[in-house]
Amino acid sequence: MLEHYLGLAVKTIFVENMALAFFLGMCSFLAVSKKINTAFGLGLAVIFVLTVTVPINNLLFNYALKEGSLSWLHPDLAGYDLSFLGFLCYIGTIAAMVQIVEMTLDRFVPTLYAALGVFLPLIAVNCAILGASLFMVERDYNFGESVVFGLGSGIGWFLAVVALASIRERMRYSNVPPALRGLGMTFILTGLMAIGFMAFGGIQL
Amino acid sequence: MAGPGRKALLDPLFENNPIALQVLGICSALAVTTKMETSVVMCGAVIFVLTFSNFFVSLLRNNIPSSIRIIVQLTIISSLVIIADQFLKAYLYDISKQLSVFVGLIITNCIIMGRAEAFAMQNRPSLSIMDGLGNGFGYSLILLATGFFRELLGSGKLFGHTVFPLATEGGWYSPNGLMTLSAGAFFIIGGFIWALRVWKRDQVEEEG
Repeated sequence: MLEHYLGLAVKTIFVENMALAFFLGMCSFLAVSKKINTAFGLGLAVIFVLTVTVPINNLLFNYALKEGSLSWLHPDLAGYDLSFLGFLCYIGTIAAMVQIVEMTLDRFVPTLYAALGVFLPLIAVNCAILGASLFMVERDYNFGESVVFGLGSGIGWFLAVVALASIRERMRYSNVPPALRGLGMTFILTGLMAIGFMAFGGIQL
Repeated sequence: MAGPGRKALLDPLFENNPIALQVLGICSALAVTTKMETSVVMCGAVIFVLTFSNFFVSLLRNNIPSSIRIIVQLTIISSLVIIADQFLKAYLYDISKQLSVFVGLIITNCIIMGRAEAFAMQNRPSLSIMDGLGNGFGYSLILLATGFFRELLGSGKLFGHTVFPLATEGGWYSPNGLMTLSAGAFFIIGGFIWALRVWKRDQVEEEG
């Protein structure tokens, strides 16, 4: 049992890395990776939000939205299938969680809050967060798996963004063609990192 | 057509492209472009959602309290995406399966939120529709071009029809496997941005 969870964790962190294999959360991935510090902070926030929202959405799906899932309320409700409302519910959960994280950081870690600035509310529209919830539904994970999956995808995204930020800080010392500076170069770097992460393909525990 | 409408429609194509300059909506641009077919369907869905979300947000802009505007926008957008998703499931089931989660991810496609926030909240509905269409086309331009190169070089096909006969099937073309992988998409879009900025010098960023 433990091995199953460990295998899932390794798979989501390295093999199916959210950012580099599924291109999720790219917008903030490219935007905040200019400095290691902000990348680090946003990465942590993403880990936290993912670990909380994926299991919540899992419960929501299994006990409120899936076909026949309302039968615990009343046997007559067994025939209802509300899964088409999924998007609306998941994004609602995510937006609420992000709001809570924002208020918590503002209260207890104001420096990090100031450093993250506008990117914190943008986590709500970070595709990695909603993407993880949708993958969880598509792959039919149970509650335990969804906790591991959320945590794993968060860590994977964190690793990728911190690694990219470190490379970009180094890029300052190299002579990039003017038209390629900034965004263009970052794309090519990310492509190279994606190739690097491909080396993890096929690892199984 | 009047000046501002034309500007809102045409500017996002090259001058202010959502992907190449505004850095919006990149996730889906990379993920669905392995084939032309999926790219075209994705573009259609995004243009639909973007145009209508701009329109509705703009209609309601004077009634949305600013403290809860994100939630209101997200609700409008996700309702539109649910329509698009149900439509695809009903009429284009195979493609909707291939797109998997990426139809749902239109909700968090930053182009849509970004334009709602930056444009539709300040402008009248007719102009916002133009902006939605323009940005939708700017997005599609990059998406289709990427899809074209990735499918052609990656598997020698376009829309599933063989263009370059593959060496494995008696033809002459050895497919470039890198193009179908995620890394290929990054290189192609990076190349596009490079080309665009060589052409339009003022888009160059100073800090590396």
